[in-house]
Amino acid sequence: MSSQKAPSIAVRGVGKSYSGVSVLHDIDLDIAPGEVHGLVGENGAGKSTLLKILGGAIKADAGGLSFDGEQVTVGSPRDAIKHGISLISQEGALVPALSVLDNVFLARWSHRGGLVSARADRKRLAGLIETTGFTVDPDARVDGLPIGVQQQVEILRSLARGARVIAMDEPTAVLAEHEKENLLALIRTLAAGGTTIILVSHFLEEVLSVADRITVLRDGALIRTLTAGETSPRELVGHMVGREIDVLYPDPQPVPDGAPVVLAARGLRRGLVNGVDLEVRAGEILGIAGLVGSGRTETLRLLFGADRATDGVVEVDGVTLAQHSPRTAMAAGVALVPESRKEQGLVMQRSVAENVALSSLSGRRTGPFVKRPAEKTAVGEIAKSVDIRAADPEAPIETLSGGNQQKALFAKWLLRKPKVLLIDEPTRGVDVAAKTQIHHLITGLAADGMAVVCVSSEIEELLALSHRVLVLRHGEPVGEYPRGTSPEVVIAAAFGSHEGEPR
Amino acid sequence: MSVDTLPKTAAPEAGNMSRLAFRMRDYGIVAALVIIVIALSVSTDTFLTSGNLVNLLDQTAVIGLLATGATICIISGVFDLTASATLALSAIIGVQVGRVTDVYVGMLAAVVAGALLGFVTGTVVVRSGVNSFVGTLATSMVYRGLAVMVTGGAIVYPLTASAETFGMLTWPSLFGLTSATIMFVVVVAILAVVVSRTTFGRRLYAVGGNAEAARLSGIRVGSIHVTAFMISGVCSALAGLILASRAGSAQSTMASGMELTAIAAAVVGGTSILGGEGAVWRALVGALLLTLIGNGFNLLGWDTIYQQVLQGLLILFAVTMDRWLRKRTR
Repeated sequence: MSSQKAPSIAVRGVGKSYSGVSVLHDIDLDIAPGEVHGLVGENGAGKSTLLKILGGAIKADAGGLSFDGEQVTVGSPRDAIKHGISLISQEGALVPALSVLDNVFLARWSHRGGLVSARADRKRLAGLIETTGFTVDPDARVDGLPIGVQQQVEILRSLARGARVIAMDEPTAVLAEHEKENLLALIRTLAAGGTTIILVSHFLEEVLSVADRITVLRDGALIRTLTAGETSPRELVGHMVGREIDVLYPDPQPVPDGAPVVLAARGLRRGLVNGVDLEVRAGEILGIAGLVGSGRTETLRLLFGADRATDGVVEVDGVTLAQHSPRTAMAAGVALVPESRKEQGLVMQRSVAENVALSSLSGRRTGPFVKRPAEKTAVGEIAKSVDIRAADPEAPIETLSGGNQQKALFAKWLLRKPKVLLIDEPTRGVDVAAKTQIHHLITGLAADGMAVVCVSSEIEELLALSHRVLVLRHGEPVGEYPRGTSPEVVIAAAFGSHEGEPR
Repeated sequence: MSVDTLPKTAAPEAGNMSRLAFRMRDYGIVAALVIIVIALSVSTDTFLTSGNLVNLLDQTAVIGLLATGATICIISGVFDLTASATLALSAIIGVQVGRVTDVYVGMLAAVVAGALLGFVTGTVVVRSGVNSFVGTLATSMVYRGLAVMVTGGAIVYPLTASAETFGMLTWPSLFGLTSATIMFVVVVAILAVVVSRTTFGRRLYAVGGNAEAARLSGIRVGSIHVTAFMISGVCSALAGLILASRAGSAQSTMASGMELTAIAAAVVGGTSILGGEGAVWRALVGALLLTLIGNGFNLLGWDTIYQQVLQGLLILFAVTMDRWLRKRTR
């Protein structure tokens, strides 16, 4: 890609702490030019912190970096770019209202006498698009693009800046199955062209399939660096948690014969969703699979009333929800664990307890006042039962790890004792241990008679947890598969007959 | 609030460190207030006299009420720039109704007018979906305009026979404090309880912190906002009554620009303009701090030309400190 060769990177004794708490200590790591280097570890292990130090987003307190044996200071993203390092963070760093073209060349527009020369940029972009094989419209506004394409824009920008080292934080977390494949293929191509890739990911199979070497971090310390060909997911997980743990999914209990249908939807339509019918019985877990843009999330939102369907009905216990809204759905016993904790689920600056209590405030009050002792008891019990681990329960919930935030989100809805639990991406951005806990939680709730509808991009997770999996394509159900179906069959159904065709 | 039934996992000293930083962020502004009070007590003979303290609190009442309304709106994620226009319009309504009925009915009418204007402001902002900053800026111009229309641009007075009663808020009351101060303290105390102890208060913070999460938790985001504007409207009306009672009259240009001082006081007190955080007592501290500076200039005989510069610097300092401490604790 770039004419210049990537440097060999040496990290020596790097450490970082926040308010006296060490999040990364004494990291020594060497990365060869053109290597794909995976960084794995549980949430809070320090992966993102290390990546951000390399990308100049944060400064290390101790230690240093050298490139090709030469000591360098990377004190800001600007420094990093100068040294050819580009960081693609989890949150994304695009300007929503600008076009693809402007984003790719952000702050580095070609210019002549102070005037931006779009024509030159356009030509450069066309070249980059050709090398990467992306299909991106240079004039599209990025906020209108699917998340997978936005990520491609970020990669194009890294390349446009002549990055020789690209550090990616959880790049596949937001991608659908086929987009992941494309990204991994691109990573291989870039590495073959001499670009160094540093990849942080929760998906061990993915890292194993693409990386040359993998470094495991735990509690801010470097545990081991392994050659990808000589290790296994089991060994990696063992190093991540400090012991070999059971990565098996729990089996859901069979749905009792004659269990009544609790949730039913007929002919749901709105936007992407184009006529969805479904039925879920008490004690049953229905999985919904589909590519990004297939209407999975949208279907859940319609079931909850977060958006109101333009057509179709939702019934709970045989009663149609009139004036469908989150409030009426909640009154009928429906709960939604939404896709994004940060955007839709939690009030990040408020405490754990306040967040957990939020959806059931009316149940614990005397006149207008909150019954605080009752709240404390209720929150304490539910927090214990889902195992929320908070160092300081009064601290804002944003100080908790992703796994504990997600458990708090479940706790908030379980306090209402819902009949129907809708879950969108139950374990996104959650570490391995918390993931297993959440799986057990979901199967346990179903065993107690709750009707569960679950959407997940992780097809293995969905197939393991659900009694049935409904596949959506272009907003329509295209098939339903029982437990034990192979992931390939479900993925093929999600793609339909046009497998491999870009959306 | 505390939930010590939750399992604790982090090392104790780490918890204490971050706890200390939280405390600094929480109460740094109180320390600043105490320092200024001590400095003024030491450097002047006049500061700690009961006359001056009564006067100081009386001066704080108006801006304190407005800052309380502003704080409640800001916590819920909106700005109320109509505050001073609502103040003027409801004070005028109070005087005019008082002329045809009696002073007490007039004062009640002013408070009702404040609540109604708040309801209208809130409904406009919620229904139109316009950013509250712009929406309330426009609404405030309408209210000022209405105030001019109602008065014909003239100063309105209560009837001569009731002029003395109308000045009741300036009368000394409990502990020698003015009635205005007592009213202010009572209202702020009630609102502090409402915000910190009721389900409405919880919803207020949730809506300001993350409106979508609040909606998906079954909270009526719109009605929370409308209620916040109504509370702000009542605070404005009460502040208007204090000003009118002091002046013995009301007019359309009353308290012009004071909505920004109120927001400044809220921010100096430590309420984040991003919403979802803050407290009513912070409005009180912020208002006291801004008033103390004016008081200090008077007592020390300093040129009041510099007063605004100092107040501006103080606001910058407060916001910068808040941001800095926030960054360190995260």
